Amino acid sequence: MSVLVGRNSRVVVQGLTGKEGSFHADQCLAYGTNVVGGVTPGKGGTTWKGEASGKEVPVFDTVAQAVAATGANVSLIFVPPAFAADAVLEAADAKVPLIVAITEGIPVLDMMRVKKGLAGSESRLIGPNCPGIITPGEAKIGIMPGFIHKKGRVGIVSRSGTLTYEAVWQVTKQGLGQSTCIGIGGDPLNGTNFIDVLDLFQKDPGTDAIVMIGEIGGDAEERAADFIRENVTKPVVAFIAGVTAPPGRRMGHAGAIISGGQGTAASKMAALRKAGVAVTDNPALIGETLAGLLSKAEDDDEEEKEEVVVVVQPCSAVIAEERCP
Amino acid sequence: MGSFQLQRQEADAVNVHEFQAKQLFGKFGVPVPRGRDVWTPAEAEDAAKELSSPVTVVKAQIHAGGRGKAGGVKIARDKSQVSTLAGEILGKRLVTPQTGAAGKEVKRLLIEEGVNIAHEFYLSLLVDRGTASIAVVASREGGMEIEEVAAKHPEKIIKVLIDPVTGYQPFHGRKLAFGLGLSKETIGPFAKLIGNLYRLLMEKDASLVEINPLVLTAEGGFIALDGKMSFDDNGLFRHEDVRGFRDLDEEDPLEVRASEHNLNYVKLDGTIGCMVNGAGLAMATMDVIKLAGGEPANFLDVGGGASKETVKEAFQILLADPNVKGVFVNIFGGIVRCDRIAGGIIEAAKEVNVSVPLVVRLDGTNAEEGKKMLAESSLNLEVADTMWEGAKKVVGLAGRAGR
Repeated sequence: MSVLVGRNSRVVVQGLTGKEGSFHADQCLAYGTNVVGGVTPGKGGTTWKGEASGKEVPVFDTVAQAVAATGANVSLIFVPPAFAADAVLEAADAKVPLIVAITEGIPVLDMMRVKKGLAGSESRLIGPNCPGIITPGEAKIGIMPGFIHKKGRVGIVSRSGTLTYEAVWQVTKQGLGQSTCIGIGGDPLNGTNFIDVLDLFQKDPGTDAIVMIGEIGGDAEERAADFIRENVTKPVVAFIAGVTAPPGRRMGHAGAIISGGQGTAASKMAALRKAGVAVTDNPALIGETLAGLLSKAEDDDEEEKEEVVVVVQPCSAVIAEERCP
Repeated sequence: MGSFQLQRQEADAVNVHEFQAKQLFGKFGVPVPRGRDVWTPAEAEDAAKELSSPVTVVKAQIHAGGRGKAGGVKIARDKSQVSTLAGEILGKRLVTPQTGAAGKEVKRLLIEEGVNIAHEFYLSLLVDRGTASIAVVASREGGMEIEEVAAKHPEKIIKVLIDPVTGYQPFHGRKLAFGLGLSKETIGPFAKLIGNLYRLLMEKDASLVEINPLVLTAEGGFIALDGKMSFDDNGLFRHEDVRGFRDLDEEDPLEVRASEHNLNYVKLDGTIGCMVNGAGLAMATMDVIKLAGGEPANFLDVGGGASKETVKEAFQILLADPNVKGVFVNIFGGIVRCDRIAGGIIEAAKEVNVSVPLVVRLDGTNAEEGKKMLAESSLNLEVADTMWEGAKKVVGLAGRAGR
């Protein structure tokens, strides 16, 4: 099991024939993702072929045409920042249920209108300024390296790109696989936030534990902490980047800035700890922290089994199996 | 309206000077005092003579608040004083809570007419992340830092949210005006002012417009006595005029150089330089250096590519900071393979002559090949398997400097 994407995902790539779109669509195809078409206005009716995958897909002028012809249910967007808001809204107009925007550098006011525009639609947006979403072994819809992932039962959600890969790789090296990994993006306004993803993971029977990677700026992590306290029963491990970031300076991501004393790593970590999350302050120990937490949960289960009757969490058995191949 | 937190996350994206903000105010129908920017005491005197008011205000133009308390704003009762006052401020290093200990040198002044103040208000418009709308924040406590008002008297702050789809409506202005207790005659002009500021923010991709204080004059009109604007980096491509406002004197020279090479660099005070691919990982690397007992000298994201040219330029920028006693390169190879990055590091390091201890951690795609290449190169560097190991190594080698 997984969330949002999997074997049934049929992907149309907006900006397929551009440099980025072409390269990454090819990588997605090579991973096994079902990319069914592309959209480049003016190139409708042509065919695109990926070098690495050797696969061909049709190109359309509009998203609506692509959806009508291919039954696409996911759109992956590589359109340049100046035109990206339009691309997202076009996908929503075509009623694509899931829109994944990789594009970095979309003006915040454009995103504000996009968010309002999506509010009444049937579409969910992931990103922008994100690595995308992957359900290992089924569908890679984004720019992440596929091989660091392993099929399994840990859900990972992050505001970052390479730091997400770092976390995924640490988890994989612990012998733990992932149900789905979602990059929600480093911009101040994004389509899907931590709470949305935490809710999906909590409800997903295929996810047993959650890793959450946050960073300075905004209050998304604080709000996520409130949500976790009230609604999440699965174990959660978190890391917040930017303890050493100075106030008032933007740390690469448009959203990563501490201002007016708000958005510090300390405040986010405190909120998450208060909500019962295992927060590590060392980004190199995300995988170990998760493994430690899960083996502790197992031990607790063992004890409970002995003393009381049976309160087995279905997750622990599967995780143990995975870790001892 | 209960307690709320003021969020000014975007407040420091791209800043401009007060006189530049006021030029934009003027274009959008927001009244500002008459005046102009000058570089010398003689120019200051000329500018003062052009004004009809008996009182002249001499204001330092630096990208930082708190100028008044630091001695960067002077009032001349007589125009003969303007040149002397200008001479006192020009060249002075102003130290305010926002400049850091080193302060900022004043190179330019704004010479303005004085106004008759009846009341001072606070007013700002900014992007509100949580609601994806524009927040207008106002208070009767003008002249004070809004964070201070929010902390001590949250009830004195009025906040109105404007939905970007429907845009500014006159009721937004009325809601604020009645909340501020404005008299009946001033409500119309005030509402118009808010509408104009909203239009300015939206049309110029600003992330913040702040007027503190907004003055109600003795004559009954509103005038922006101060002005601060910040702009969204990502929106600059469609605003040539705002790009023209950039003042390189206000930026760190190394940061300017980095930006010319599309490197994302922020200078810090520590001794361990770091070079990382990806913003989140770059922040995490700073944090892990600190955990290992060191202090990061910078934030540096070389981007996904990390080509030889990029790495070379990055090395040069890191080493141009005299505080740097060790360099930690932390790369997670994704689509870009580690062996290619290792090749870039080797070539760049040969050309740049890295004079301080260098620790490289490569992980991800083809990491083993990359590490082998580094180990077999004649370069004096240490290879680490994890970022924790790398951080401990570099801090140890740099002699735990920076304490």
